[in-house]
Amino acid sequence: MSTRLATGGRLLNKQKALKFTFNGKQLRGFEGDTLASALLANDQMLVGRSFKYHRPRGLVASGAEEPNGLVNMGAEGTFEPNQRVTTTELFEGLTAQSQNHWPSLEFDVGAINTHLSRFLPAGFYYKMFMHPRPLWKHVYEPFIRQSAGLGRAPKARDADTYEHFHFFCDVMVIGGGVAGLQAAKTAAATGAKVLLIEQSAHWGGRGPVDGGTVDGVPVENYVDQIVSELDSMPNVILRKRLMGAGVYDHGYVLGYEQLRDHAPENPGPRHRLWRIRAGHIVTATGAIERPLPFAGNDIPGVMLASAMRDYLVNYGVSTGDRTVIVTNNDDAYLTAFDLKNAGLSVPVILDARVLAQDSPAMEQAKALGIRVMMGHAIAKVKGTKRVTGVCVCSQAGEGAVLEEIACDAVAMSGGWSPVVHLWSHCGGKLIWDETQAHFRPDVDKAPMGAQGEAFVTAAGAANGALRLADALGDGDQAGKLAAAATGFKVRQTNCPVGESPEEAPMMPVWLMPQGAGVKLRSKAWLDYQNDVKVSDVQLAAQEGFESVEHAKRYTTLGMATDQGKLSNINGLATLAGALNSTIPQVGTTTFRPPYTPISMGSIAGEARGEVFQPIRRTPMHNWHDTHGAEWEPVGHWRRPYAYVRDGENTHDAVMRETRNARENLGLLDASTLGKLIVKGPDAGRFLDMLYTNMMSTLKPGKCRYGLMCSENGFLIDDGVVARIDDDTFLCHTTTGGAERIHQHMEEWLQTEWWDWQVYVANVTEQYAQVAVVGPNARKALEKLGGMDISKEALGFMEWADGELGGFRVRVYRISFSGEMSYEIAVDAGQGQAFWDALMVVGHDLGVMPYGTEALHILRAEKGFIMIGDETDGTVIPQDLGLHWAISKKKEDFLGKRAQERSHMTDPNRWKLVGLETLSGAVLPDGAYAVGEGENANGQKTMIGRVTSSYHSPNLGKGIAMGLVLHGPDRMGEVLEFPGTEGATYKARIVDPVFYDKDGEKANV
Amino acid sequence: MLILSCPVCGVTAEETEFQGGGEAHLKRFGPGASEDDFEGYLFMRENPRGVHFERWRHAYGCGKWFHAARCTTTLEVFGTYSAQTTEPPKDLRDKISEKRPNWAWREFE
Amino acid sequence: MSEPVTALGGASSTDGIAMVSECALQGMITLRGDLSASAFKKAATSASGVAMPEQGMATVEEDRGLCWMSPDELLLLCPYDAVGGTLANVHKTLAKSHALAVNVSDARAMFRVSGAGAREVMTKLCPVDLAPDQFTPGMFRRTRMAQVPAAFWMPEEDVFQIVCFRSQAQYVFDLLTVAAQPGSSVGVYQE
Repeated sequence: MSTRLATGGRLLNKQKALKFTFNGKQLRGFEGDTLASALLANDQMLVGRSFKYHRPRGLVASGAEEPNGLVNMGAEGTFEPNQRVTTTELFEGLTAQSQNHWPSLEFDVGAINTHLSRFLPAGFYYKMFMHPRPLWKHVYEPFIRQSAGLGRAPKARDADTYEHFHFFCDVMVIGGGVAGLQAAKTAAATGAKVLLIEQSAHWGGRGPVDGGTVDGVPVENYVDQIVSELDSMPNVILRKRLMGAGVYDHGYVLGYEQLRDHAPENPGPRHRLWRIRAGHIVTATGAIERPLPFAGNDIPGVMLASAMRDYLVNYGVSTGDRTVIVTNNDDAYLTAFDLKNAGLSVPVILDARVLAQDSPAMEQAKALGIRVMMGHAIAKVKGTKRVTGVCVCSQAGEGAVLEEIACDAVAMSGGWSPVVHLWSHCGGKLIWDETQAHFRPDVDKAPMGAQGEAFVTAAGAANGALRLADALGDGDQAGKLAAAATGFKVRQTNCPVGESPEEAPMMPVWLMPQGAGVKLRSKAWLDYQNDVKVSDVQLAAQEGFESVEHAKRYTTLGMATDQGKLSNINGLATLAGALNSTIPQVGTTTFRPPYTPISMGSIAGEARGEVFQPIRRTPMHNWHDTHGAEWEPVGHWRRPYAYVRDGENTHDAVMRETRNARENLGLLDASTLGKLIVKGPDAGRFLDMLYTNMMSTLKPGKCRYGLMCSENGFLIDDGVVARIDDDTFLCHTTTGGAERIHQHMEEWLQTEWWDWQVYVANVTEQYAQVAVVGPNARKALEKLGGMDISKEALGFMEWADGELGGFRVRVYRISFSGEMSYEIAVDAGQGQAFWDALMVVGHDLGVMPYGTEALHILRAEKGFIMIGDETDGTVIPQDLGLHWAISKKKEDFLGKRAQERSHMTDPNRWKLVGLETLSGAVLPDGAYAVGEGENANGQKTMIGRVTSSYHSPNLGKGIAMGLVLHGPDRMGEVLEFPGTEGATYKARIVDPVFYDKDGEKANV
Repeated sequence: MLILSCPVCGVTAEETEFQGGGEAHLKRFGPGASEDDFEGYLFMRENPRGVHFERWRHAYGCGKWFHAARCTTTLEVFGTYSAQTTEPPKDLRDKISEKRPNWAWREFE
Repeated sequence: MSEPVTALGGASSTDGIAMVSECALQGMITLRGDLSASAFKKAATSASGVAMPEQGMATVEEDRGLCWMSPDELLLLCPYDAVGGTLANVHKTLAKSHALAVNVSDARAMFRVSGAGAREVMTKLCPVDLAPDQFTPGMFRRTRMAQVPAAFWMPEEDVFQIVCFRSQAQYVFDLLTVAAQPGSSVGVYQE
């Protein structure tokens, strides 16, 4: 059993006990524990069930690479699935539940899959769920959905907050082990601004556990000393619990800082995503130990040798009483020594190597009285929910059992793989190191930065420098290189000297024993999280999935939350073996950020709730809000859709507002319309190029409606232009168009006609603009008092500056409703006061505000087009019968040449018409008209579509506009529009102007 | 995410401050242009592997357009220059030639 | 004529790592023209009463100033009540030049972020290096603040003055208060 020892545990504060629960069971740990070490201390070796076969799984690792120890944590607003127990720091009151089992972790029905495993090989889902097709919806899909996914999805709203932080430095060092610390120190010594980050809560990486000395003092002391030195330097920022999640172009790094996961009672954000720009990056991200593929290597109690050492040294936890060590290298012997020194039993070290003479580690083991069996291996592990023993065989053979050894834990080591993820994210290439049997960074093919320079340097174990002495020197070198690369002067300094025992070479072992038969191979796990065995990868190769990327997807090797941190190299080697190829030829799958999963909250940062998106508000926004406005998003603006009164529904309100604007007096908040000032000697010429009609001939004091097209000829915007003086125009744009059209203008001025003398300014938000609409509009303004707004003084399509009710205003006599209408601009800071004044004077005149839906109906009654309804990016003005607004005199304007293209002049282009249902009902918006015959796909031929459709309260029927094949030539014809749910609408083609065809109402 | 230097306001900033504007140095064809010329102007674009010339706008900064010479494979930025020109400046072309001998892009090399 | 109001009526938040407050009405005029032309310089400096700013800088004294927006644009600051007179003045002095001067006082909102945490609050929202040795009083920066454009300068150490669009005032205020929330000190520019 696993248990807490009486002594040891360098990271623990044994003065402070912490209570936590696992699957409802009350347990205790200490401050400094991880959830993993605390579970082990409570003999909770079983932490989860595997994904596919639901096999019992225990802890394998002690860090970010852990594939099995994933739990649901927290509850309600702090609930989160797939939390890794090895990197979760214990805190008082932590609650966790294991995942992927039913009904309980101890007894799981799904475990039947393990007995069916020979029927569930690689690609099972792909093969099984192909045919017959009708079974998909009701049998296969529910089954797959049931089996898919790891952990439970949170249901409650996330109770925490998150944020981003931008940071800039010369040198960034990722990883706070000895190499990273040394790199940071040498880089900082040059004066460079250095950021050093460490994903865990502790400095030193593996150094303090693995031991050795630096300049004669224990590694742990060296770490303490260098950290305090760095801490005192003003040009160094040191951060723990901050993981380098990804390295991107031009020195961009995402850092994931966990602020409160270990101390949820603290105030402030939970995670902070650092958006870092570094001149040069040192990846000192260490290495990860590889498992050995032997039968039963997934039985709880089988653990990486280094992890077992971590639990023992860091947390004072023994994984078992009797531990068999199985290895292909000297490093795993450290675990044997530590176990022995802790008074635990190590019955045997099974070393797959056959060495001519004992390595120093072997000698030391023997001196401690540990039996060492060279050339030996594990044939299989015995036990189900816990290791009970191992069957020993010869590594060279096929697994004939020579001896059975009872034990309750197995420590394995298949060698070490550098963590090359961050090096690789942005294109750094790898080379295969034959001696150490791993991929490491190829220094000649580093990621390239903005100047074409290498901007990442790997250091220490991450660079293949696994031993202490090498790692220190490598870190020292990397620090100097990084500082020099960012323009700092590097002075010669001596690197501290690390000392650790000599090691004999390791021997690659990709299958144990090397001749293992199919029965053993199909119990030899490569990927614990995804239940991929040696036999699965071999099957994939046999079935033709030879590319490593294909094999990955076929078998799921290296997928999910751990992304194959433990399994990849063993998997590649297995694939290479099956293909009779070499590992470097097979290559690796792509390393993509993030290094380990990061919270969605951290990615969103502050952007949630109120600040999810930048809602834009007019000066009268709050008034609308308190007067029943239902909001319609228009771009980021919020405009009132309708002002709903008590006892009304939305439709009632729209009908009331629409009628009232025609009968009495309506007010529309038109502040969102774009207003662009265009000024300069060439302003007229410029607008002639931008609008399809002539603007240069407009007289000061007058207004003209204009259309704008892109160079493709398609309509992009419309609005009324007012000429302010000889040099100055004010162009109105659509609500969503102000910024877009402003940029459109600037683009042409800056990049094509840069010698034209024109300046543009966007003054949209300087003004609150109110449309005062209806037969009582003039009366209301007269009541306000001030400037002369009579027909004689201010005719239709004219504008004037003046004063109304004491407000400085600019009044435009323009109408998008077809009624008598004044659009009045006042400074935004007085918008609300002006609106209030209009409501007061309008009180006896039947004033009502109206929203965007009434606006739409009013304009549709008049047959006015709306950009975005009648246009969709493929419509030209000619389609809409707007020939009158397209100048024939002008030699050129944007879109003119395009509108001459053959497709644009095709008489078969659909054209705008009005549509009236025979029944008076409202046509569904977007419905298509069908004609005779079918197209190549057997669908009915379509001959038109509805672009706008409303119930008109003023006309008492449904009215619509649409684009119809030969439409204007087919007046009076009845078309069929199939709707949803079997309904078909019949509508007659009519003139799109339904109301006041001669325009007499506005021009009064 | 790229870093670009705006030659107009002198600010060096990350890509999110900028907005890409497609291929540089297009020649506008208007009324009277042949179908081929107009098609080329509207639709035909370079898609090189290697040296490329682009338009960018410092959208969240000074608002000005400029040109950038960039390598599409390594993302190296050779330089940025004024939008008010119809061809890449000589010194920039020379600089690119030093780093990418024999490069060619449209009529430039 | 009624009293003009700011977008948020002077909202403020004081319980975070920096104080956030909406500023009073500020006169602002967009001035476009050739910044290198002597007539333009003269018009700008005489109307504002401050010296021409260098590229990327702002010369601000109390509520008067000139901010460098681009090679053909300045933002002129003056008292809100003085905008009309100042505009008339500029129009007169630039009558013969190709230039544009337009009142944008009501089109903008202005915020002040102050206190030891001010740099960190700003750095959470803007992709700009605001380290004390990189961004100092006198400098002026237009950039992105989360999802909207903004411009700012530092009237003094630990104080930022931010200009944004009026319609986005509530968003920007909310952003700043979220970024300044209690317990969110980063510990990079302040302890």
